[in-house]
Amino acid sequence: MTFEERFTDLVPALTKADAVAAASACLYCADAPCTKACPTHIDVPAFIRKISTDNLKGAARVILSANVLGGSCARVCPVEELCEGACVQNRLRHEPVRIARLQRYATDAAISHEWKLFEKGPMNGRKVACVGAGPASLSAAFVLAQKGYAVTVYDERELPGGLDTYAMADYKLKIPAAQAEIETLKDLGVTFVMKTTVGRDVPFAELEAKSDAIFLGIGLGGTARLGIPGEGEPGVVDALSFIEKLKTAPYAQSAFSGEVLVIGAGNTAIDAVTQSKRLGAKSATIVYRRGEEDMPCFDYEYELAKKDGCRFEFGARPKRIERSGDRLALVCEREGREVSFLGDRIIRAIGQAKRREMFDTLGIALDDQGRVLVDSASQRTSNPRYFAGGDCVNGGQEAVNAVAAGKRAAAGIDATFALRQVA
Amino acid sequence: MAVDLSINLAGIRSPNPFWLASGPPTNEGPMIMRAFEAGWGGAVWKTLGEPIVNVSSRLGSIDYGTRRMLGLNNIELITDRPLAKNFQEIDEVKKRFPDNAVVVSLMVESKREAWHEIVKRTNDSGADGIELNFGCPHGMSERGMGAAMGQVPDYTCMVTEWVKEVAKVPVLVKLTPNVTSILPPARAAVNGGADGLSLINTINSVMGVDLDTWDVYPNVGGQSAHGGYCGPAVKPIALAMVNEIARDWRSGRVPLSGIGGIETWKDAVEFLLLGATGVQVCTAVMHYGYRIVEDLIDGATSYCESKGLARVTDLVGQAAKKVTDWGKLDLNYVIKPRIDYEKCVGCNLCYTACADGAHQAFALDGPPVKVADGTTRPGPRVLDDQCVGCNLCHLVCPVPSCITMTRQETGHRPMTYEEFTASGLPRTALAGYGS
Repeated sequence: MTFEERFTDLVPALTKADAVAAASACLYCADAPCTKACPTHIDVPAFIRKISTDNLKGAARVILSANVLGGSCARVCPVEELCEGACVQNRLRHEPVRIARLQRYATDAAISHEWKLFEKGPMNGRKVACVGAGPASLSAAFVLAQKGYAVTVYDERELPGGLDTYAMADYKLKIPAAQAEIETLKDLGVTFVMKTTVGRDVPFAELEAKSDAIFLGIGLGGTARLGIPGEGEPGVVDALSFIEKLKTAPYAQSAFSGEVLVIGAGNTAIDAVTQSKRLGAKSATIVYRRGEEDMPCFDYEYELAKKDGCRFEFGARPKRIERSGDRLALVCEREGREVSFLGDRIIRAIGQAKRREMFDTLGIALDDQGRVLVDSASQRTSNPRYFAGGDCVNGGQEAVNAVAAGKRAAAGIDATFALRQVA
Repeated sequence: MAVDLSINLAGIRSPNPFWLASGPPTNEGPMIMRAFEAGWGGAVWKTLGEPIVNVSSRLGSIDYGTRRMLGLNNIELITDRPLAKNFQEIDEVKKRFPDNAVVVSLMVESKREAWHEIVKRTNDSGADGIELNFGCPHGMSERGMGAAMGQVPDYTCMVTEWVKEVAKVPVLVKLTPNVTSILPPARAAVNGGADGLSLINTINSVMGVDLDTWDVYPNVGGQSAHGGYCGPAVKPIALAMVNEIARDWRSGRVPLSGIGGIETWKDAVEFLLLGATGVQVCTAVMHYGYRIVEDLIDGATSYCESKGLARVTDLVGQAAKKVTDWGKLDLNYVIKPRIDYEKCVGCNLCYTACADGAHQAFALDGPPVKVADGTTRPGPRVLDDQCVGCNLCHLVCPVPSCITMTRQETGHRPMTYEEFTASGLPRTALAGYGS
């Protein structure tokens, strides 16, 4: 099996016949539970009805107007926990309407037809800077641009999209698909300033001087350190860097046939372990300090990893990493005794670190876990010039949560100026 | 328990009530022999007459959701094969399948001699019966045949008389539904001597428009023509007409062969219950093939067993009298929906349908219903004072047995509209007043 085959879409696109059948299962609920369950409140029955009437352009408009990243969310959302989990067909037929796949069907059509579904509003003279080009900023920029704001998005990476671009398992969302939907923002006149780190290349003071409001959608920091000896050994890598490399370079450059140990059991750890296996690892094993039932990953992610032949070591708390010949030994404590797992590569996947320092400098208050405190309706921070949303506020949730926060922030920013005009 | 499925329709006997209707599935002998091998009890041969030349395409259809061909229409005409060939094949079929019913559909120009000639040839063919095609609404009707006969009762009667003058086998007259009332042509056919009636033929229709090209379906080189509509969508129209004749003492005294949208044994049983002695099927066979007869037979047999009936003919007309005139319905019969909150999934379709399509008799503040694991929402609650018992909520509810229409005690004795108008009572004396 080629690498391309191993990384092909886990959930393939629907054919037209599939879509007709899937759409026909929708009951068109009133005040639909799926719409309520979606953080961005996509009007699911409305877009599915449009698919069933061959109005794909209308379907795409319904989806994207509520969630500009509707295409990537269709691929990466934990829909079992959200829209599809709330579908009343679960009770009627023990199987939900395939909302995510239908959503992809409509948004794929919008991309392949290059439909221009949105227009930028007449310029209102206001400028907003969005720091970070991840889902939260893109979502805020999308709403603001339609309202006539001049929006500039800054990001230190080469490509916009944040974790949608660089961190999603490749069998769910590949970079071209993530980039395609960002074209909408460029069409709306949103300016992207890439490979530019705000606070270093551009001082915050400069942004403050030339913007009426600033939105911080900067996500979290790099993968958290384990804080154990040997962490710096060659062959110990962090999950996000590992995933980014396999996504941005030909798979062959990431191929690795040795034995891989992944520390952590969140969704990113699963992405790391399954993709290691697909890249040719002889074995790929999750090493987790707690038990099977404590794993923070979604059940279906765990099932996928098992199906891929990944192994699991529970109740093993990493204590140190040692070299063992030309291999690595991950020494853990399990039930009061030391156990050692041998591997050729160790991937850290225990979540991302917080970036306290930057916020302290800006006078933005954080909670005790290092998350930015915001007004829940407007996403405004304790520094009134700044709004924030996404992982830096919620501590690390799904892309769809970030999109929802970006929408709230855009409304919050707009309300600020609307109120001033009235006054 | 063995169930006798055989029927005797106006003297035409067949081992079961399932016949193929005249149409593409009965175009020629080898096809009909395959159908009889599959289990069909009878077949009405594709209409014979002066052979014609057909157009292409000839069929159009409408789909609904994932289901194809909810309705089908055709602009195909009668046989395009030589009469001699057809009659030779009829003879062969009867020789090989003496117990199956072969009925020959006929249509010729409105001349007594022409009818006499073709009926005599049919007499000699070994066929068990004749069906006069007075129903085809397209192509032939413009030439003064088909529906042009069936739409004028005097013609219907006259041609039936001509045929009966020479026919040696039972004669069925196939009626067109493209009339204001089915009774005048039905009575005319019976007055002319028809031994039985077949109905309905297809309904005038235009199937749709290609939204890219604006060509109309079925498309014949950029032009279309109205055709005959059939398939599952027409069943209720056919049931109404069959039943209307079954309840009419002047035309309903001859047996009826029910046609129109029959696809399953359930459809067939409904036709029998409302007054048909047998049924004819065409579209379902065009869609799924002769093989569907297996379940028609199997399902009807099981159904009769479950009802304790020894003969399928015991079903005939059992529900016919349950249709009456509106004025004979009880105005004081009141039903209201009752919701099983354990079954309700919270789709709120009943609420929306009632709010926008009926009488605003639902509120969304009922007992909690489970919409998914760990999620509940307030269920729909019926506002009895607003509810008129129309049935809409029950019809839109996707959950089997969730909404049950339940009889309410009103304290009023039954009263029909006819009784009410004769009584001189005020409207306030009726249970349904004011709701």
